[in-house]
Amino acid sequence: MADAFRTADGGALIDRSRPVSFTLNGKTYRGYAGDTLASALIANGVHFVGRSFKYHRPRGFVASGVEEPNALFGTGVGPRFEPNQRGTMVELYEGLTAKTQNHFPSLEYDIGSVNAMMSRFFPAGFYYKTFIQPRVAWKHVFEPFIRQAAGLGKAPTEADDAEYEHFHYMCDVLVSGGGVAGILAALTAARAGARVMLVEQNAWLGGRAIVDEGEVDGQPLGDWVRARIAELEAMPNVLIRTRTQASCHEDHNYVLCYERVSDHDPDLYGGGPRHRLWRVRAGRVIAAGGGIERPIAFAKNDVPGVMLAAAMRDYLKLYAAKPGDRVVVYANNDDAYRTAIDLRNAGVEVPAILDAREGSNGDLPQIAREMGMRTMFGSGVSKTLGRKRVEGVEITELRPSGRPGALETVACDAVAMSGGWNPVVHLYSHSGGKLSWDDDQLMFRPDPSRSPIRHDGAPAVVCAGTASGHLALSDVITDGVKAGVEAADALGFETSGADAPAAKSAREDGISAIWFTPSSGKLSVGNKHFLDFQNDVTAADVELAAREGYESVEHTKRYTTLGMATDQGKLSNINGLAILADALRKPIPAVGTTTFRPPYTPISFGSIAGRETRELFKVVRKTPMHDWLAAHGADWEPVGDWRRPYCIRKDGEDRHQAVEREILTAREKVGMLDASTLGKIIVKGPDAGAFLDLLYTNMISTLKPGRCRYALMCNDNGFLFDDGVVARLDEQTFLCHTTSGGADRVHAWMEEWIQTEWPHLKVFTANVTEEYAQIAVAGPKARVVLESLEGDVDLSTDGLPFMSYVDGTLAGCPVRVYRISFSGELSYEIATPAAFGLSLWKAIFEAGQPFGITPYGTEALHVMRAEKGFIMIGDETDGTVTPHDLNLSWAVSKKKTDFIGKKAMERPFLIDPDRKRLVGLLTENPEDVLPDGAHAVEGERPNGKAKMIGHVTSTYYSPTLKRSIAMALIRRGPERMGETLTFPLGGDRTLRAKVVEPTFYDPENARQNV
Amino acid sequence: MKRYSVFAVAKNAMNYHQGWERAWRNPEPKAEYDVVIVGAGGHGLATAYYLAKNHGVTNVAVLEKGWLGGGNTGRNTTIIRSNYLQDESAALYELSRGLFEELSQKLNFNIMFSPRGVLMLAQTEHEKRAWMRTHHATRINGIHTEWVDVARVKQLCPIINDSPEARYPILGALWQPRGGTARHDAVAWGFARAADDMGVDVIQNCAVEGVDVENGKVTGVRTSRGAIKCGKLGVVVAGHTSMLTDMAGFRMPIESVALQALVSEPIKPCLDIVVMANTVHGYMSQSDKGELVIGGGADGFNNYTQRGSFHHVEETVTALVETFPIISRLRMLRQWGGVADMTGDRSPIIGKTPVENMFVNCGWGTGGFKATPGSGHCFAATIARGEPDEIAAPFAMDRFKEGRMIDESVAAAVAH
Repeated sequence: MADAFRTADGGALIDRSRPVSFTLNGKTYRGYAGDTLASALIANGVHFVGRSFKYHRPRGFVASGVEEPNALFGTGVGPRFEPNQRGTMVELYEGLTAKTQNHFPSLEYDIGSVNAMMSRFFPAGFYYKTFIQPRVAWKHVFEPFIRQAAGLGKAPTEADDAEYEHFHYMCDVLVSGGGVAGILAALTAARAGARVMLVEQNAWLGGRAIVDEGEVDGQPLGDWVRARIAELEAMPNVLIRTRTQASCHEDHNYVLCYERVSDHDPDLYGGGPRHRLWRVRAGRVIAAGGGIERPIAFAKNDVPGVMLAAAMRDYLKLYAAKPGDRVVVYANNDDAYRTAIDLRNAGVEVPAILDAREGSNGDLPQIAREMGMRTMFGSGVSKTLGRKRVEGVEITELRPSGRPGALETVACDAVAMSGGWNPVVHLYSHSGGKLSWDDDQLMFRPDPSRSPIRHDGAPAVVCAGTASGHLALSDVITDGVKAGVEAADALGFETSGADAPAAKSAREDGISAIWFTPSSGKLSVGNKHFLDFQNDVTAADVELAAREGYESVEHTKRYTTLGMATDQGKLSNINGLAILADALRKPIPAVGTTTFRPPYTPISFGSIAGRETRELFKVVRKTPMHDWLAAHGADWEPVGDWRRPYCIRKDGEDRHQAVEREILTAREKVGMLDASTLGKIIVKGPDAGAFLDLLYTNMISTLKPGRCRYALMCNDNGFLFDDGVVARLDEQTFLCHTTSGGADRVHAWMEEWIQTEWPHLKVFTANVTEEYAQIAVAGPKARVVLESLEGDVDLSTDGLPFMSYVDGTLAGCPVRVYRISFSGELSYEIATPAAFGLSLWKAIFEAGQPFGITPYGTEALHVMRAEKGFIMIGDETDGTVTPHDLNLSWAVSKKKTDFIGKKAMERPFLIDPDRKRLVGLLTENPEDVLPDGAHAVEGERPNGKAKMIGHVTSTYYSPTLKRSIAMALIRRGPERMGETLTFPLGGDRTLRAKVVEPTFYDPENARQNV
Repeated sequence: MKRYSVFAVAKNAMNYHQGWERAWRNPEPKAEYDVVIVGAGGHGLATAYYLAKNHGVTNVAVLEKGWLGGGNTGRNTTIIRSNYLQDESAALYELSRGLFEELSQKLNFNIMFSPRGVLMLAQTEHEKRAWMRTHHATRINGIHTEWVDVARVKQLCPIINDSPEARYPILGALWQPRGGTARHDAVAWGFARAADDMGVDVIQNCAVEGVDVENGKVTGVRTSRGAIKCGKLGVVVAGHTSMLTDMAGFRMPIESVALQALVSEPIKPCLDIVVMANTVHGYMSQSDKGELVIGGGADGFNNYTQRGSFHHVEETVTALVETFPIISRLRMLRQWGGVADMTGDRSPIIGKTPVENMFVNCGWGTGGFKATPGSGHCFAATIARGEPDEIAAPFAMDRFKEGRMIDESVAAAVAH
């Protein structure tokens, strides 16, 4: 029944005038706007909402916020389905569909729950000790079973249809947490003039001030905090984002804030991003994330209905949702009495308050007593009754011996537990902030002397309020103001007169340790005292780990999986290490914590990817001719960031036919290639020649303006890594062409040397790749085609000799025409400013029509260069090949005293005569094409395997030569001319090929020099 | 050592598991050992294990600054494969992969080696040619790999984006069916337990603070728990190798960088194999627990932070959302880093050092986990004999002086 557990009034966050209906496992429920899925279900009396990871035990809500380990749901459908959503953070909207997880066939009847009955056989780490024999069974039997049983929610099956985005933001002070401390820190810094960003993971601001009683400056706490929020909201130098979590703190105060923009309202969906990742750079970060209450380990403390005491108060005060009709409170501190008092005020029975302490002089226990509630000091819950819902508790007297005392059974339908508080130190700890143990308050709190630091040594992150270990309202207020003052001061803002307001709240007595409540039977034996609810890690598991020598807290964590669930140990870690410390007979601080890793809570992959998905994933770089090529049948292949046409297919052609036609047309008539992707880097300055002499293996400084040189670039190990034509534009200016994929790398390489090794050289570089379009026109008719265009360029043999260039005009476009050839044909490469590229391309295409011109793609380019024996970086090179290996010794200067790679090339292995060197290969049967990467073998190695003596680097069927050709790197290759090599191809298949010179076509260069 | 088995678990269950003995002792360091290994990661523990098992050298200490298995052993993405191009690498990684096959049985500790298969996508023509070359080489080296087409890729990995319209469409893949994953912590624990059982002292919380060298020969180490003499010293400390060798007075040709990894929240099985997409820089598998395990990039600057820059996380996740579109709504649970030791050719260094009787095993860079047993196997042989065995020999440090690089970067070379 709707509202069965809703109080008649109250509920700070819900709007009773706006009922909302939603479904869980197909059943419809009603809640109100402002509810979370958790609060609405609790108000409907639903607590059993999940199954645990290992034992598949029934589980309910434990917490009210991001720390919830149990109540995980799959929400949404189709492309919007999302598993593992914490019900405590899912805001209700009309039509929300939620499903429970990790059960089969249903939540009520789950086959996996047999694990719970067998749990005695599944202690921590049991899988390391079992499933060892027989060997094959792990892969085929045990592991598939474990995989199915593990996991939590189901994976989505459809691609996400939502959008995500990134925002960049800079502020003086980033405040994480919109509770009392965060609000005061933000306000104090903002009043001093600092630019402040305040983020709060919940949909609302105010933190515990909205829930709990108190008085500040004579006003009720709630009213006072609302006034402060209003002031903040009105300030122009303050940016407030709710539903936004400071998730990751990275070095240099770089903070990733995760904003859930439209998860709570499907009407916003599609109108903007679903999530937004804020990339914030802050002068100082104030972490005011409050605290998280600790559960207590007692037997069967995981049964639905057992909740954190403060969470119960949240449900009651924020949502008017009663956790039950009869609630037993079990605590070791005064704060939990607030829950008892609030429950009683809401008409909920509180049959007993069990307090592990000897006594308390605080105000709250006094009030509880005055209200007539039964308070039992020195006692605790030894065990709950019930399976899918708490039906009662067994009460025990806590004795120094550790043995449980006299038992009494009390009926109840919920238990509120409170084992104290842990400050939320995650953001502070992500980049290395250190903690110290507070023995009075039993908590790890930030040690301000060991904060993460900025570049200048100042603290990068400072915790404030409860996050800093302050629990009393007045301390939280003082600390919040102090954090704001310190931040503003550190950043140079004036903060005169920032006094902390005077606060009044109940006086609280201290806490005493209760990490474990003994139950009937032997200590810790046979009963499940859960520490990590989601991963089903018990106190006995931790003790077992310690007993077996997994003594480091990291070992315990990894052996038991404590703290490795989706809540990352927010509830379990400190309890676990207290149990571990006890087992090891060490003080808690000597055991230490595990590392706090980002993010604070899980953030969507979609938000991390941001806009860079689908068509915006690695945006395609396009040449000016891209669209024309697409319209004319380009069959694309990705090349670096570009897409280049593999071939340009005519109607009815397949790839193979198109490539063959393109090659034959270029060889017999004329072809044109969009070569705009070629890297183009300007190197300019008085020392440009000297610099390039160091960079390239060739001598560059002797090049005359107007001339070009094919040049090689090696890395400092002497291995070839890029090649291209260098043109000298004037005395101080060179244009270096690089491979298409290598432009950025070569540019970065140049800059690295200029900036780090040779800063004395007067030289600048500029990558102008996209400034120019470039068109290669190749074939016997190339000259006549270009001469038929209007222009002032002398393209004749003498006017533009091979390896030179000239500037002029063609078809109305300013051009630089290079006489270079990568195909072996008469060839020109024409560069024009990018804006002219398409019109020049069209003009050449039109002019070429009478001569049968064809555009050609990368594959024709590759085949034609292989026919000529020209090397291709990435095919003939692989990072281990020297120019000498490729018969390019002519391009390695012997005159220069130094260049990158020179010394390396003198090392023994690089001058070893046994090195692999470039040769050509002709298969015995001209129709057989050697596969890419096939290896030649000769004899055997000591290990009995065939000895590989080299491999195929480029292999094609040559339409020009009507036979297969290949290039290969073969040990002592040039000495083997005429030898026949064997290439085993797997199975019985072997190809044999004869070693030949690697130039298959026109070795005299008669065709290009006309 | 009491053996682990399902019967042992059942028997102990009767006693509520009170009767289990320690997996390894917590010994005080002795004054002297025949061999001291620095670094109780997987490689160091494996070295100690094989020293005892294969060479009868049991008077061995493994010294660990923190907790055993706490460095890169417990931080990697657990991928095991041996589809390497170069003969030297193929021999080493296949030895290792083969040892993984029976490691659970040999150690009597379930390290959960799961040969679920490793798929390396080809997304450019150039990458396809590179994998073809690797495929031909592995076949001749006796390592089973297959070249598979897009249809088979989709069958092996139904959640992959196989659209021909994708930014980098999948053209096929190199498939190693006997590659896979193992439980990384368990590998360290299994080796520690088995080595301890043979008398090896695994000494945790024992930081080495100095190396004693007399007349060019190592004589011992100074530690936070006192001086320890040794006949031979093996340094297996990955990213911190340079710090250790500095103490012995020589430098190493390695750089240390932070390499990142991350996991998603656990979900029911949706990815049965390991997928590596080098063109877009991402790789992913799913652990038995259900988390998607994702490898990230390394920072371009040297550091020891065990953290990394978030833009690498963005780059990796972006690539994987493109490759596996369903993961967009899943969430990153945890992000961390480890310190990887990179050499000039990205292959490891195993062998002798300028200091007599001091040996080094490092430079595993971004892929050392898969080599754990193989590395220990051949490093143990090297230490025991004082000379590298045939697997380790090519990985000697002097190769950098000779220019004899063992470079696997062929797939990373540029396309025209």
